[in-house]
Amino acid sequence: MFRRSFNSFCAGEEKRVGTRTVFVGNRPDSAAEVYIAQRFCDNRIVSSKYTLWNFLPKNLFEQFRRIANFYFLIIFLVQVTVDTPTSPVTSGLPLFFVITVTAIKQGYEDWLRHRADNEVNKRTVYIIENAQRVRKESEKIKVGDIVEVRADEAFPCDLILLSSCSSDGTCYVTTASLDGESNCKTHYAVRDTVGLWTAESIETLRAAIECEQPQPDLYKFVGRISIYNNSNEAVARSLGPENLLLKGATLKNTKKIYGVAVYTGMETKMALNYQGKCQKRSAVEKSINLFLIVYLFILLTKAAVCTTLKYVWQSTPYNDEPWYNQKTQKERDTLKVLKMFTDFLSFMVLFNFIIPVSMYVTVEMQKFLGSFFIAWDKDFYDEEINEGALVNTSDLNEELGQVDYVFTDKTGTLTENSMEFIECCIDGHKYKGVTQDTDGLSQTDGPLAYFDKADKNREELFLRALCLCHTVEIKTNDAVDGATESAELIYLSSSPDEIALVKGATKYGFTFLGTRNGHMKVKNPRKEIEEYELLHTLNFDSVRRRMSVIVKTQAGDVLLFCKGADSAIFPRVQNHEIEPTKAHVERNAMDGYRTLCVAFKEIAPDDYERIDRQLMEAKMALQDREEKMEKIFDDIETNMNLIGATAVEDKLQDEAAETIEALHAAGLKVWVLTGDKMETAKSTCYACRLFQTSTELLELTTKTIEESERKEDRLHELLIEYRKKLVHEFPKSTRSLKKAWTDHQEYGLIIDGSTLSLILNSSQDSNSNNYKSIFLQICMKCTAVLCCRMAPLQKAQIVRMVKNLKGSPITLSIGDGANDVSMILESHVGIGIKGKEGRQAARNSDYSVPKFKHLKKLLLAHGHLYYVRIAHLVQYFFYKNLCFILPQFLYQFFCGFSQQPLYDAAYLTMYNICFTSLPILAYSLLEQHINIDTLTSDPRLYMKISGNAMLQLGPFLYWTLLAAFEGAVFFFGTYFLFQTSSLEENAKLALDTHFWTWINHFVIWGSLAFYVFFSFFWGGIIWPFLKQQRMYFVFAQMLSSVSIWLAIVLLIFISLFPEILLIVLKNVRRRSAKRNLSCKKASDSLSARPSVRPLLLRTFSDESNIL
Amino acid sequence: MTWSATARGAHQPDNTAFTQQRLPAWQPLLSASITLPLFFCAGLAFIGLGLGLYYSSNAIKELEYDYTGNPGTGNCSRCGVADQDRAPPPTCLCAWYFSLPELFQGPVYLYYELTNFYQNNRRYGVSRDDAQLSGLPSALRHPVNECAPYQRSATGLPIAPCGAIANSLFNDSFSLWHQRQPGGPYVEVPLDRTGIAWWTDYHIKFHNPPLVNGSLALAFQGTARPPNWPRPVYQLSTDPNNTGFINQDFVVWMRTAALPTFRKLYARIRQGNYSAGLPRGAYRVNITYNYPVRAFGGHKRIIFSSISWMGGKNPFLGIVYLVVGSLCILTGFVMLVVYIRYQDQNDEDEDQE
Repeated sequence: MFRRSFNSFCAGEEKRVGTRTVFVGNRPDSAAEVYIAQRFCDNRIVSSKYTLWNFLPKNLFEQFRRIANFYFLIIFLVQVTVDTPTSPVTSGLPLFFVITVTAIKQGYEDWLRHRADNEVNKRTVYIIENAQRVRKESEKIKVGDIVEVRADEAFPCDLILLSSCSSDGTCYVTTASLDGESNCKTHYAVRDTVGLWTAESIETLRAAIECEQPQPDLYKFVGRISIYNNSNEAVARSLGPENLLLKGATLKNTKKIYGVAVYTGMETKMALNYQGKCQKRSAVEKSINLFLIVYLFILLTKAAVCTTLKYVWQSTPYNDEPWYNQKTQKERDTLKVLKMFTDFLSFMVLFNFIIPVSMYVTVEMQKFLGSFFIAWDKDFYDEEINEGALVNTSDLNEELGQVDYVFTDKTGTLTENSMEFIECCIDGHKYKGVTQDTDGLSQTDGPLAYFDKADKNREELFLRALCLCHTVEIKTNDAVDGATESAELIYLSSSPDEIALVKGATKYGFTFLGTRNGHMKVKNPRKEIEEYELLHTLNFDSVRRRMSVIVKTQAGDVLLFCKGADSAIFPRVQNHEIEPTKAHVERNAMDGYRTLCVAFKEIAPDDYERIDRQLMEAKMALQDREEKMEKIFDDIETNMNLIGATAVEDKLQDEAAETIEALHAAGLKVWVLTGDKMETAKSTCYACRLFQTSTELLELTTKTIEESERKEDRLHELLIEYRKKLVHEFPKSTRSLKKAWTDHQEYGLIIDGSTLSLILNSSQDSNSNNYKSIFLQICMKCTAVLCCRMAPLQKAQIVRMVKNLKGSPITLSIGDGANDVSMILESHVGIGIKGKEGRQAARNSDYSVPKFKHLKKLLLAHGHLYYVRIAHLVQYFFYKNLCFILPQFLYQFFCGFSQQPLYDAAYLTMYNICFTSLPILAYSLLEQHINIDTLTSDPRLYMKISGNAMLQLGPFLYWTLLAAFEGAVFFFGTYFLFQTSSLEENAKLALDTHFWTWINHFVIWGSLAFYVFFSFFWGGIIWPFLKQQRMYFVFAQMLSSVSIWLAIVLLIFISLFPEILLIVLKNVRRRSAKRNLSCKKASDSLSARPSVRPLLLRTFSDESNIL
Repeated sequence: MTWSATARGAHQPDNTAFTQQRLPAWQPLLSASITLPLFFCAGLAFIGLGLGLYYSSNAIKELEYDYTGNPGTGNCSRCGVADQDRAPPPTCLCAWYFSLPELFQGPVYLYYELTNFYQNNRRYGVSRDDAQLSGLPSALRHPVNECAPYQRSATGLPIAPCGAIANSLFNDSFSLWHQRQPGGPYVEVPLDRTGIAWWTDYHIKFHNPPLVNGSLALAFQGTARPPNWPRPVYQLSTDPNNTGFINQDFVVWMRTAALPTFRKLYARIRQGNYSAGLPRGAYRVNITYNYPVRAFGGHKRIIFSSISWMGGKNPFLGIVYLVVGSLCILTGFVMLVVYIRYQDQNDEDEDQE
C-alpha cells in the first residue's frame, strides 16, 4: 500500500543500519559532540499512489504494463497508422472503456486513500514548545518534538514515553488497531523523567535519545536515553519496547502523557509494517495467460494464412485489379513487401477480436462482486465474536476450489484455545483438579484432592510459583481494591495458558491479586496477603520455550521461578528429580493436554547482584541486545529444582473432526504444523480424525533417530525404509492416487522440528538434496502429516517446500496466531482465524473466518463454485470470441481476402462490451451447477475440479472445437442469407446455465433484447456524423423475411445439437455412476469409522501402529 | 486491492435469498425421459417444416439463361466475342428466346445475376461517398478520398457519383416480348422498373442534390460523370422521380452484395395482363449487351422467378430442416437404445444386490 519509492528516499536502506540521535525538544546540548543535523522525514503519511498531476501518466503506464492492454494498444496504433478494414474506433472504444473503468476505480480508491491520509495528517496535536502548548497539524511533527497526548487519543507518531500524569510514569495503551489485541498494555517512562509532567518542567529536560533506525518489527525496539543534569553529566538509561508508544495505538485510562517523537511519518513502525505484502496471483490467471498465447498463435496463423492466400489469389491479374475496381497510382507503386506486411497487420486487426478485450475487466468484476457472497454468508457468522467472514483479497476466490494441501495450526485453529486447568503433579504426585460440581466434599476440608500427598511446603511452593511466574494482568475494575474479595477477578494475558494456570492456582487456594508498584500480591489459603517484589521478568520466547520471574519474598529471599516446556526445563534441573514427573508429563501429553513444567531456584544475594548487573547491562545494550539477553537468561536458568508439572486441556473446536474428515474425503492432504509437543499434537490429530485407527504412522522424530549413534545415518536408513514401503504400496500412477486412498492402507507421517532441520540443512553433505527429495516423496504418499515442535519460520519453510513440488500444488494455510503469519503469507491462500491470540493472523490473511469448521464450506462450496464459475467464464470468453471471429475468417475466402469485415463496426465494438459480457457475468456470479448443500455434504465432488481440471487442455480443446463448429455452422448457414447475429451465443449460454434465476433471465433476455433494440436503432436512424450507413435498415429488412427466422431457429438448433447430445449422454452416464457410488457409499457406511471418543483413552498401545 | 466488509461484518449478515445464494431456481434437467420425447417432437416438427419448405420452394419456378456469350452458347456469343478487356465496350444487341408451356405463376420477378464479381472486395466496397449520395451539395463538390481513383476526372472535376461501385454500374438492359400465338407478333410485356429498391434506400438514404433553377442538370454542373458511364447521372432516366441518385437501378446496384455471386432485382412483372404471371407462349428477351464480364472470368445470367410466402427459391433450407429432423429422430432412437440398455444393466445390478 505504502509506496516503496517514497520509502526509499525517506529512509534509505543504508540509514537503517546505523542509529539515530534525537535531541528531546530539538535542543542539542552544547556540550554534546558536534551536532550533525540528521534529516528525518516529516510526519506525513502517504498511502496514496497518485497525485492530481501524475495520475494520468502514471495510471496509464501501470495499466499498459498489463499484457492484454498493451496488446490492444498496439492493435489500436496499427489501426491508426495503417489502412485497416475496421476503423480505429472498433478497438479503441473497448480499450478506452476498459482503461477508463479501471482508471476510475483506481482513482476512486486513491481518492479514498488521500482522504484517509488527510484525516490523519491534518489532525490537531499539541506540541510543547518553549513551555507552551502549541496547536499543530499532525503532519508538522518533527523528530524530537515533545508531544502531548490525552486519553483516548491515538498517538500521532512513534513516541518515547517521558512522563504521564500518574506518579509512577506508566500509561495504558491498547494496540487494537495494530495487532487486534484489545487488552491494555502498560508502558513505562524512564525513571529520571517521571516527574516532569507539566509543560514547564518538561522544558527543562536536556536529553538525547539514541536509537536504532526504524525497523518494522512492532515488538522490538532498542534505544538509550542520555539525560543531562545541570552539571552536564549524562545519565544513560536503556529504552525498550515498553518505553515506545507506537503510532496507531490508543492511550487508555491515563489522562495525558508527554512523549518525544522518534520515528515519524513513513518511518513509523506502523507504516513500515503495511508495505511489502506481495500480491498473490491465482493459478487460473496463469491458465488465462496460456490460453491467450494459444489464441495469439491462432490469430497469427490466421493472419499469415490469409495473407499468403491473398497473394496466391491475386496472382491472377483480373483478380488483383479487375476493370471495375482499379487501384490508385499510389497503391500500384507501393513496394510489394511493404504491402504484404500491412496486409498482415490488417488481417491481425481484423481478427484481433479473437482475444477478448473485456475479459480481464469481467473477470475482475466477477471476483470482486463474487467475494461479497463469502462475506455475506450467514453460515460463517459467529455469535460469540459477532462477526462473519472477512475477505481481504478477492483475487483468490477460485483458488479456494483448487487446494491440494492444507496446512493447519493446532492451537486455536483445531482447538478452541480456551484452556482449562486439568491436573498437576508435584514431585511426581498427581493432583487431579477438582471442580466444584463434581466433588463438593473436598471443598470443605481442604483445597486439594490428592491421591497421595507431597510435602506441604512443596505444594505451596508449587502453587506460589503458579501465582507468580506469569505476565497476567488484572483488568482494572473500580471495585477491585483489597476489600471486596468476592469480586470476580478478570485476568488478562496474551497467553491463555497463563490464565488457566492462575485460575488453577485459585482453585487450590492461592489467588493472584495483581501487581502494584512492582509488588505482586498473592492471597494464600489462610486468607493472608503475601507480597513479593518483582525484580525481573525473563520473558517467554518461542526459542527458549520458557519464562522466568525473579521475586523477592517479604523475608528477603530472592527466588527464581521458571516454567516452560519439558524439553526446555528438564536439561536445566537436577537429574534425579526428572523421572517421576516425566512419566506424568508424557501421560498427560498422550491425553492431549498441554503440559508445562515448573521449576525454582533460590538465588544468593551476591549472585543476585551479579545477575541484576548483567541484566541491566544487557538491557542497556544497543547492539545485539537480544543475543546478550538470551545468553544471560541461559546462565540464570540453570541448576533449578523441578517442583512439578501442570496439564491444561485445550478443547477441540466445534466440528473440527468432521471438517478434517470432509477435507480428507475431498482429496486434500492435511498437514498439521504445530509448535506443540509431539504426544500432545498426535493425540489431537487422533481426536480430530486426522489419523485413523487404521492409519499406519511413520515417525521421524528425535525419539526414533537418537537411538542410534550417528543421527544422519539413522535418518537415512529410516527415509529409505519408509520410501520403500510406500513406493511398494502405491504403484506409479500418481493420477489415481487420490482415489487409491480410499482402498489402500493409509499412512501418516510425524516429524518434528529438529529432524526437519536435519533433513533440510543436513551439513554440507551431497546427500542433503537427496534427503529432501526422499522426504518429499514420502510426504506426498502420506494422507496426513503432522509436524510438531515447529518454529514459525519452519512452518513457512515447509509450506514453501510443498509449494515448489512438482506440479506446484496449491497450498492453503490456516492459523490464528502471530506464529502462523509467516505460513499464511507464504502459502497460495492464507486463511486467518479470528482467534484469541490477537488478530495478526486475520490481518495478514486473504480470508478470515471465525472458526476452523467454516473451512469446510469455504472450500467445498464457495471454492468449488467459484472455480467452476471462473473456469466457465474464461472458457466462455475464448469460446464466444472464436465463435464470433471464425465466420470473419471464413468470409475472407469469399471476398478475395480483401479484409472485408463481415460485421459492421458497431457490432464489432459492442459485441464484447454489451451483447455478451453481462449474461456471462451474471452466470458467473450466480451459477450453482450443484446445489451448495450437496457440495458440502459430498466432499468427493471437490476432487473433480482438482488440479485445475476445468482449464486443462482437454476442456479447452472441447470449447475451442465447439466454438469452431458453431462458428462454421453459423457461417455456412448464413452463406445464403447474409446477416449478422449474436443470437446464437446467448442462446448457447441459456443452455449452459443450469441455474436459472430470475436475474439470469433478466440479463440474458435483456441483452438479447438489447441486441435487437440496438440493431433497430443503429439501422433505423441516419447518423449524421457517420459517413457510412451501410447497415441502414438491414436488420429491419432482414427480420421481415420469414425464411430468415426459420434459418435462425435452425442454425441455433444445429449449433447447439452436439452440446445437448453431450449433456444428455453425460446425464445417462452420471446416473449409472451415481448408482455405483451409492452402492459404494452403502458399503462404506457399514465399516463406519470409529468415533472421536476412544482417542482420549488412547495409550501407548499406539506404538504398535508405529513402524 | 484491499476492501473489506468490516462495516457489515460487525453485524450478522442479511439473511436474504440473494446474499445466501438461495434464489429460487429452475434447472433444466436434461434427463433422458425429458429429452427423448423432446428429440422426437423436435425431429417431427423439423421434418414437417422441412417438407413444407421444400415443397413450397419447389413450387417456385425459376427460369434462367446465361448470356455471358462464351463461344457457341447462343446468339449472345457474338457480343461475348466482341467483349474485350477494356471498358466500356461497344453496345451490342442479342436476344434470348424461350417458351412457356403453361402459365408462369406470378408475381414474377426479373433478376440479373453476376458471378465472380467481387462487390465485397474491401477496396471496392468503401469506394463510395454516402454523403454525396444523400444529396449534400458540399459532398457533391468534394467527394471523399475513398473514392479514388474515381474521385476526380482527368480534368480535376469531382466525379458524381464518385467511386468504383458507381462507376461499375450494371448497364445491360432487357426488354421482354411475348408472342401469344405461334407466328404472331411479339407484344412487349411491361416491366415495372420502380419499387425494386428498398423503400428506405429510395426515400431516405438517397437524395438528389437540391435543384438549381428547377433543373437537375444545373445542380450537377461542375461535376464529371463516372468514366465508364456513357451519360451523366441526371440523364439516367427521363422520369424526374427515377433519375440522378434516386434512379432505382442505381440504388439497387449501390447496395453491394456480400458474396461474389449475386442476384439483383431488375424489374417486376405485375402490370396489365401479366399481373397473374406470364401466360403460356413464346417469349423473347432483347438484351442490350454492354457489361463486360469475361474480362474477370465472370458470368451473367437473366432469371425469371416467382416468390412464395418464404421468399425466393431456396431448397437448401427445406433440405437442411429435413436432415436435421431425421438426425434428431435418429439420435432419439440411439439414445433410447442406450437408455434402455443402461436401465437393464442397472436393474441387473440391483438384482445382484
